[in-house]
Amino acid sequence: MKRLVGISLYPIGLLLILVATLAFFKVPVRDGLGLLYSGAVGDRFAWSRMAVKSTPMLLTGLGMVVAWRGGIYNIGGEGQFIVGGIFGGTVARFAVFTSHPWSPWLATSGILVACVAGGAAWAWLAGWLYLRRGVEVVISTILLNFIALQFLGYCCSGPLQEKAKQVPLTDALPDEVMLPKLSRQMDAHFGVVLAIMAALLIYTYLFRTRAGFRVRLVGENPRMARANRIDAGRAKIQAMVVSGALCGLAGGIEYLGMSGQLGTGFSQQWGFLGIPVALLGGLHPLACILSASVFGALLAGAENLARYTPTGSTLVYVIQAVAVLGYVGIKAYRDRLPAVEA
Amino acid sequence: MEFISLLQYSAPVALAAIGEIVVQQSGVIDIGLEGSMLVGSYFGMLTCLATHNPWLGLGAAILAALLLTLLFGVFTVLLAADQVVVGTAVNLFAMGLTSALFRSKFGGTMQLISIPRLGAYHGIDLIMVGMLVSVPAVWYLMRRTAWGLAVRSCGEYPKSAEAAGFSVYKLRLQALAIGGLFAGLSGAYLSLVIAGSFAENMTAGRGFVAIAMVTFGRWKPHFAFLAALLVGFADSLQYRFQTYGWHVPFQLMIAMPYIVALAVLVLVGKGTAAPGALAQPYRMDK
Repeated sequence: MKRLVGISLYPIGLLLILVATLAFFKVPVRDGLGLLYSGAVGDRFAWSRMAVKSTPMLLTGLGMVVAWRGGIYNIGGEGQFIVGGIFGGTVARFAVFTSHPWSPWLATSGILVACVAGGAAWAWLAGWLYLRRGVEVVISTILLNFIALQFLGYCCSGPLQEKAKQVPLTDALPDEVMLPKLSRQMDAHFGVVLAIMAALLIYTYLFRTRAGFRVRLVGENPRMARANRIDAGRAKIQAMVVSGALCGLAGGIEYLGMSGQLGTGFSQQWGFLGIPVALLGGLHPLACILSASVFGALLAGAENLARYTPTGSTLVYVIQAVAVLGYVGIKAYRDRLPAVEA
Repeated sequence: MEFISLLQYSAPVALAAIGEIVVQQSGVIDIGLEGSMLVGSYFGMLTCLATHNPWLGLGAAILAALLLTLLFGVFTVLLAADQVVVGTAVNLFAMGLTSALFRSKFGGTMQLISIPRLGAYHGIDLIMVGMLVSVPAVWYLMRRTAWGLAVRSCGEYPKSAEAAGFSVYKLRLQALAIGGLFAGLSGAYLSLVIAGSFAENMTAGRGFVAIAMVTFGRWKPHFAFLAALLVGFADSLQYRFQTYGWHVPFQLMIAMPYIVALAVLVLVGKGTAAPGALAQPYRMDK
């Protein structure tokens, strides 16, 4: 019963933050909420938009869950997302935009695999630097984010630029290479299904396999892990690589499902938005489906809000940040009350 | 003149890094530094625009950055929450808040905001002088005063500070206040001195570079200052190469400070200079 009350506090708290934020930015609250609602879940098109917005966040969020569970603060989801895209774009160059293109099915899977590999490689680099040179992952992943973004800019106006060499974008992928859509009129694509499958897979990995158990143990109780002769370095690198692979997959799904081409605006902060998703999902893969949906709904609804305010998606950042602070604050406050010494 | 423009390029990172040194010596890593700088930039610009007085703008910038840094402190010091989590949230909050306010106030019009800048004498302004003075001042504060010793003990082994009768919470919050002051100066420097305007997310990762420079500078103000000069130099290269007519991809030049910072961290590693209790939450016995 107490647990139920605790859980029901989340939506109430979120609603309060939502109302307060709308009021603070002088958006009429009732109309604002109405617009958010109709934009997020009003009709089946809204549902589809919400699903599409939740997908990259769910995947990057899962990436954060794996790394953070392993006690390694990967905040480089953004860079891993982008490098995934660059790898995918490179494969597309050779698989699609040549005189002998591969069969569409092969090209799609090839691009997707390249994206996963790109994200994993970028994350592995940070993990390796941490183990070998003691470079804090928090700092190295942030720096790698900026480097990745500039690298993307270079690729889009250099080696990967579209054929006419007019705009800093890559060639748009033909429809048959894109991920299949669930319905002709809607945005929702097969990537949504892939993301949910990834959540189930990561749940199995973390809670039903030895490798996942090692990752959790190293993160939760390093001394016990050491006592049991578990190689912490190996487990952390593995967590980092899985984490980066998920962020790369997010990039691939965004590339193959939505944008179809790369440009400097390829990642709409998806890597960063994974962090609140993971935290508010309690670092649990299945709960992340829920938290990603909530924030996806907010983002989809915020597009509808543009009628009243030009703030758009930036409002959602504020709501996310306040939600995280509230969650962390309440949790920390509870933890510090009855400090029972063992 | 050449050297003065280099100082200008380096000042935002240098200022933020000097403040962050004090914070990190107390055992706290202020991941929210970027956010504090950003609110400083925005509210400095806003106040300056409203009052036409850059000095009031400077005051507002410091106040805004100070408040956000202390908010970070309430969560990480008093509530002993995780510093990376709170810092990330603070950055997201600052980015969302300043962008949303900026868009709702100036959005759509796309007008170029121009504000009176802080006065300067031959390119030397007061914040720059303050920065140069603060390098030995912070060194003296941390190495030659009782307060500095107490703060460093909080960062090295907080239990010992508490056993000696100090309040770890109080000392860490005081260190954060100094960090917030410098973050405000750094943010104000961007909007009030360099740009004379504001742009969304105008700090562009300089806060993170400053954190990297603290590690690079081995937690010593003079080394961190030199490290910031190096970043400023890399930053200025993109314009220099253009004047020479060298065809280097400009993206490489923009990425240069980050690559330099990373390369340096790879070379020096973590070492033993880091405060022993850095980033570890501490709960006082009560």
